[in-house]
Amino acid sequence: MKNSKPGKIISKIFVYIALLTLAISVIIPVGWVFMASFKRNSEFMGADVSPWALPKQLFYQNFIVAFKDANMGTFFFNSVIVTALAMILLLVLALPASYVLARFSFRGKKILNTGYMAGLFININYIVVPIFLMLSSANKALGVEWFLNNRFVLAVVYAASALPFTVYLLSGYFKTLPKGFEEAAYIDGCGYFKTMVKIMIPMAKPSIITVILFNFLSFWNEYIIAYTLMDGNDTLAMGLKNLMAVEKTATNYGIMYAGLVIVMLPTLILYIAVQKRLTEGMTLGGLKG
Amino acid sequence: MNRKSSERKFVFICLAPATILLVLLMFIPTVNVFRMSLYKMGGITNSQKFVGFKNFQSIMGDKNFLQAMQNQILVIVMVTLFTVILAVLFATLLQRGSFKGNNLFRVIFYIPNILSIVVIAGIFGAIYNPGTGLLNTFLRAVGLDALARQWMSEGQIPIYSVIFALVWQAIGYYMVMYMASMAAIPPDYYEAASLDGATEIQMFSKITFPLIWSNIRTTLTFYIISTINLSFLFVQIMSNGGPNGKTEVALNYMYKQAYGNSSYGYGMAIGVVIFIFSFALAAIVNKITDREVYEF
Repeated sequence: MKNSKPGKIISKIFVYIALLTLAISVIIPVGWVFMASFKRNSEFMGADVSPWALPKQLFYQNFIVAFKDANMGTFFFNSVIVTALAMILLLVLALPASYVLARFSFRGKKILNTGYMAGLFININYIVVPIFLMLSSANKALGVEWFLNNRFVLAVVYAASALPFTVYLLSGYFKTLPKGFEEAAYIDGCGYFKTMVKIMIPMAKPSIITVILFNFLSFWNEYIIAYTLMDGNDTLAMGLKNLMAVEKTATNYGIMYAGLVIVMLPTLILYIAVQKRLTEGMTLGGLKG
Repeated sequence: MNRKSSERKFVFICLAPATILLVLLMFIPTVNVFRMSLYKMGGITNSQKFVGFKNFQSIMGDKNFLQAMQNQILVIVMVTLFTVILAVLFATLLQRGSFKGNNLFRVIFYIPNILSIVVIAGIFGAIYNPGTGLLNTFLRAVGLDALARQWMSEGQIPIYSVIFALVWQAIGYYMVMYMASMAAIPPDYYEAASLDGATEIQMFSKITFPLIWSNIRTTLTFYIISTINLSFLFVQIMSNGGPNGKTEVALNYMYKQAYGNSSYGYGMAIGVVIFIFSFALAAIVNKITDREVYEF
């Protein structure tokens, strides 16, 4: 044996300590927020109160207050609507575009491909203010208030911002499918549209699921576009930020932590359900931020 | 002939809506960033005046911007350094070690990556709170009272608190990425090395590291771009650059100038500078890390 036994055991212990340290540093803060969301406000303040103490009872009223008085219920609804609308729009737009880009040859294809690739380098944080200005000048030009603070417009902006990456991923997948399917379909008298909807799109299901997972997380968690474009029709992330700002002055800790739980619970549930798919899909490429 | 024209029609109908949206909401705003950077734009009256490169001249003398850039460079360097080291370390431990709970650790480490940046700011608000925060009460409980700090306001500490939060959120993501590229290394390399009596550390430096190097190199560009973006979002929510610009980062300063201050032209000029800076930095890093790629 090359290694003496005690040496091996010691190195194994070190490995475990390293792994446990990181695991604890992730679990404790996240778990603590869940615990804190059930505490009364009096359990946060005062000299003899420890943040590490367990809640005296499960004070679930924090959630009721957050949902009703702090409007998190409305914001939750807004987030659901915007996420769902953006997702539907994205799929309806991106699927045909990716399919055609991957499997047809036509004039201008090269330019379009380059255009979509170039889109991958555009980051929303740089262009969020120009988008805001564009929408507000559209309001002025048409004499309406429609373009800003509108959930549908927000969903359209989300869908547009996700287009380059989604088209990149989906058309990459469409390219790998064998050519024979379409030919057989055409011979059977199937039109272009029917071939796409009935045969090719169902075959791309694995990559469509990846697209849905990633974009659900990014739409649901998105903050800066909503913060810039919305005023009143807030999404959950914005509502949470307001709660945090209020917390600095009025100190309503329990409700703020309930808000944190409301925002992260759906993503955590989704993650636990599909974590394998998510971490595998991630390596298909992609950059967050 | 008929078939050809119906094909053209189909292609057009499939592509037009997505492409129009892409141009309208991604390309035109991008062009506007560059165009507006050459104008002086008033907020309320919406007046536009062409001023050439004057905005860029003002940037060079803007102390607040220089401080933001200084902080930004520090954040990029530190986040990249610590995340690469920790992510590679944990990827190696999980990939090479065969023990119980391997998969569970991977699942836990990835959690920060699925949380909204607002949630992360909320969590770190709870950690850094000077009086009742998790960090200070923990330090006091284990007798390290002297280490307790005002994490978001004292001295030079705040920017490092931001860095710590960003590393915390990034480790899992990059670890999974490195694990995937480690999994592609053929196992017989390790078997052969092990027969020759190589230690785990030797195997790491002679096999694993050289073979995942090209993957690490690609991620360096990711670190630059995503750290610029995530540090903006985190700081915007957590401290908005305060106290006294100590945690100010590049894009947050741009956003403040453009959206908060309504100096759109000046803000967009800052955006252009940051954009060019990030591209140049990525190109430089790419150049200096260029070395022979080992293939397998």
